[in-house]
Amino acid sequence: MSEFVLEMKGIEKAFAVPVLKGVDFSLKAGEVHALVGGNGAGKSTLMKIMTGVYSKDAGDIFINGKIVPIHSIHDAGRNGIAMIFQELSLIQTMTVAENIFLGEEVTKNGLRDTRYMNNRAKEVLDNLGIDVDPGTVVSSLSVGMSQMVEIAKAVSKNAKILVLDEPTASLSTSETEHLFQLISDLKQKGVSMVYISHRMNEILRIADSITILRDGIIAHTGAVKDINLDKIIMHMLGDGRGNRFHWVERTYPSDAPDLLTVEHLNINHKLSDISFSLKPGEILGFAGLMGSGRTEILETLFGIRKIRGGTIRMKGSPVTIRNTRDSIKAGFALIPEDRRKQGLVLIHSLKENAILPKVTKLCKGGVLVDEKAANEMVENNVRDLGVVTDGIHKRINLLSGGNQQKIVVAKWLNMQPDIIMLDEPTAGVDIGAKAEIIELIRGVADEGKGVLFVSSELTELMAVCDRIIVLYDGRITGSLSRKDIKTEEELQYAIQQEK
Amino acid sequence: MPSSRKSKADIQWDKYMVYFIFVGVFIVFAIILGNKGFLNVNNLVNILRQTAVISIIAVAGTFVMAAGQIDLTVGAIAAMTAMIVSLILENTNSIFLAILVGVGFGAVIGAVNGLLVTRFGLPAFLATMGMMQMIRGSAMWITDTAAVPISNTTFCNVFGIGNIGPVPVLVIWTILFYIVGIILFNRTPFGRHILATGGNEVSAGYSGINTVKVKMAAFIMSGAFAAFGGILYAGRLQAGRYSYGDGDEMSVIAAVVIGGTSMAGGTGSVIGALFGSILMGMINNALILANLSSAQQTVVKGAIIVLSVAVSNLAQKRKGN
Ligand SMILES: Nc1ncnc2c1ncn2[C@@H]1O[C@H](COP(=O)(O)OP(=O)(O)OP(=O)(O)O)[C@@H](O)[C@H]1O
Ligand SMILES: [Mg+2]
Repeated sequence: MSEFVLEMKGIEKAFAVPVLKGVDFSLKAGEVHALVGGNGAGKSTLMKIMTGVYSKDAGDIFINGKIVPIHSIHDAGRNGIAMIFQELSLIQTMTVAENIFLGEEVTKNGLRDTRYMNNRAKEVLDNLGIDVDPGTVVSSLSVGMSQMVEIAKAVSKNAKILVLDEPTASLSTSETEHLFQLISDLKQKGVSMVYISHRMNEILRIADSITILRDGIIAHTGAVKDINLDKIIMHMLGDGRGNRFHWVERTYPSDAPDLLTVEHLNINHKLSDISFSLKPGEILGFAGLMGSGRTEILETLFGIRKIRGGTIRMKGSPVTIRNTRDSIKAGFALIPEDRRKQGLVLIHSLKENAILPKVTKLCKGGVLVDEKAANEMVENNVRDLGVVTDGIHKRINLLSGGNQQKIVVAKWLNMQPDIIMLDEPTAGVDIGAKAEIIELIRGVADEGKGVLFVSSELTELMAVCDRIIVLYDGRITGSLSRKDIKTEEELQYAIQQEK
Repeated sequence: MPSSRKSKADIQWDKYMVYFIFVGVFIVFAIILGNKGFLNVNNLVNILRQTAVISIIAVAGTFVMAAGQIDLTVGAIAAMTAMIVSLILENTNSIFLAILVGVGFGAVIGAVNGLLVTRFGLPAFLATMGMMQMIRGSAMWITDTAAVPISNTTFCNVFGIGNIGPVPVLVIWTILFYIVGIILFNRTPFGRHILATGGNEVSAGYSGINTVKVKMAAFIMSGAFAAFGGILYAGRLQAGRYSYGDGDEMSVIAAVVIGGTSMAGGTGSVIGALFGSILMGMINNALILANLSSAQQTVVKGAIIVLSVAVSNLAQKRKGN
């Protein structure tokens, strides 16, 4: 018998262009195997082939040394393979127990045996240390908890191989810790896991092996203990693209009049008194735990939430923001937190998405959309941001996650706003592209625009911000100049403090 | 969207299926019914004349459905407008006033539909179903179900029975409405706003699109176009009658969906709706030529609708979307 629970050999796959060009991938029993690579390298595609979502053009899949055909998710499930997708696939209106038993309901006299299923679900959850009542409706759970329920569902179906595609992208710090605990428990139970992530510190911490994909070929595979961050980046990018991911002290006219002044902004009972200001050319970060109110502040400035009180002034003159249109007119742009729900129209093309806010301005003679100018603008976006795609008319949901995010950024840069607000803009974006986006943000600020930046990744906040405002439970508990923060721990400490 | 046509890999079969089905059905009828006069020019022009009203309402129907909405009031609006127009013509003989009030009526009903959906949060299906019954009831009530004849021959010529050269006015009206509809849908920002609203309302809102206004506009357009359809009924049949347009809402939905517009919103094709509409008219015509009883006609019509939507869905699925 082979030492590998699963082997993929010579996997090839092309959509319009080749995406995987002869990939070998092996997974040992009970290991956590990190799969890393740039946006569009083919990670998700490889895993979707393994789980039967996509068919392969060439190559074989072996389980415990025996070749097995995998043509559908059912085939994969029968062979103990399950994938936790980033877009969670639980049914929101059903309870935890109903979801766990979906498709395999236990019946008594032809009727659903709810009592038994709830008890059994409770056992599974307890066993994994997941603290949730099986009768809870899924829509009322946090993202992190839904994700764990999804893992529990897979485990209850005897999954021996679990694929996690960027599982921490939308989790808070404590939820992430909880997930890591769960992963290590599963490992004890002999479950093998493939872990896809762009967060290198997570990988160095929890993975045993690592495979690095670059442009559809294996650039490196081996044990995590034999590799370090620089080498990973080198294999991933093949050049020095990742190097700009460092803080550089920027200068901006700190004695200039405010670009934006927010005074006593009252949004709801929790966020009732927010005041801060932003200079032209300044990058202002917001740090805080999940639920501390960072997103709400940005959404309010963007006219998505009602303002109960306080004043907002742009270049000294007060502005009224009743809706998104007012806000855009005032010069704001928001790159929202959830790109699939808020940022993109998934069934439309890359181009349609990139021109959407601008389309009324892209008119010849004020009536008809100037398609030529629109195409040109989007072609430029694709080139400037290095979006991997085989054309601007490709449907956006066929792009890899990170490339989708770049289009959301492009969409708003096209509007040339005075103030650009970014909420977790690098979620799911690879290190190279992260550096590019950060470079882009710096470039925007250097032109004299203001930037408001929200991120849960402290490394990133530390890399890009000139000043960081700390929020705790809806209150501003600190405003730190970047110069004065020595280490990430210091910032982490500030965030945890109630004050 | 014309844009998606450019990349070969991206051909959206559901959008083009209507043309394949259209051509296929035409050839079949031409072979089977060729000797019964199907290919006769008069017969073909007649098909276009008979489908004109559905085709025109389907232009607006495409906007409504691409925005993710549905409008069941169109048949009733056509009937009520025909009543209003013939009453005004008989009392004042002013064509201008009749058209103004008629189209205005449709637009107002559209606005009410829009308000019910956007301000009061009713599902479009139920809101417009209720409105449909109220309007149809009113159309019966207004003259106690009596028909109102129209004696103004200018009106009847321009909006119904006239010809320009060899071409019936109804066909000319259809062409005019489609030119406007296609430009509006494919070339203006409004068309993009409709698609974005139907494709992902939240994201459209975050992009600064006033989705309430977009949906209102689609309903108002639908009401006004349906009213114009009613004017054409009145002109063609030289009278107003409460029973006009019975079931037209369903024919319009079928034409729009067969034409490649998704019922869920977000995609759509105006020209496709024209082919959808003519396709159904062609089938109607062929079934009559084939001497089927009206009961048999109904069954076959239903089967063909199911079949064409199924075929385009299958083609779509095979593409893996
Ligand atoms: N169904 C599809 N049709 C066409 N192209 C596709 C499809 N799925 C993926 N692709 C293309 O294949 C390439 C690899 O995509 P994949 O999602 O595997 O990347 P990834 O490594 O997971 O990237 P990311 O880190 O950004 O998620 C991309 O260029 C993408 O556009
Ligand atoms: Mg991916």
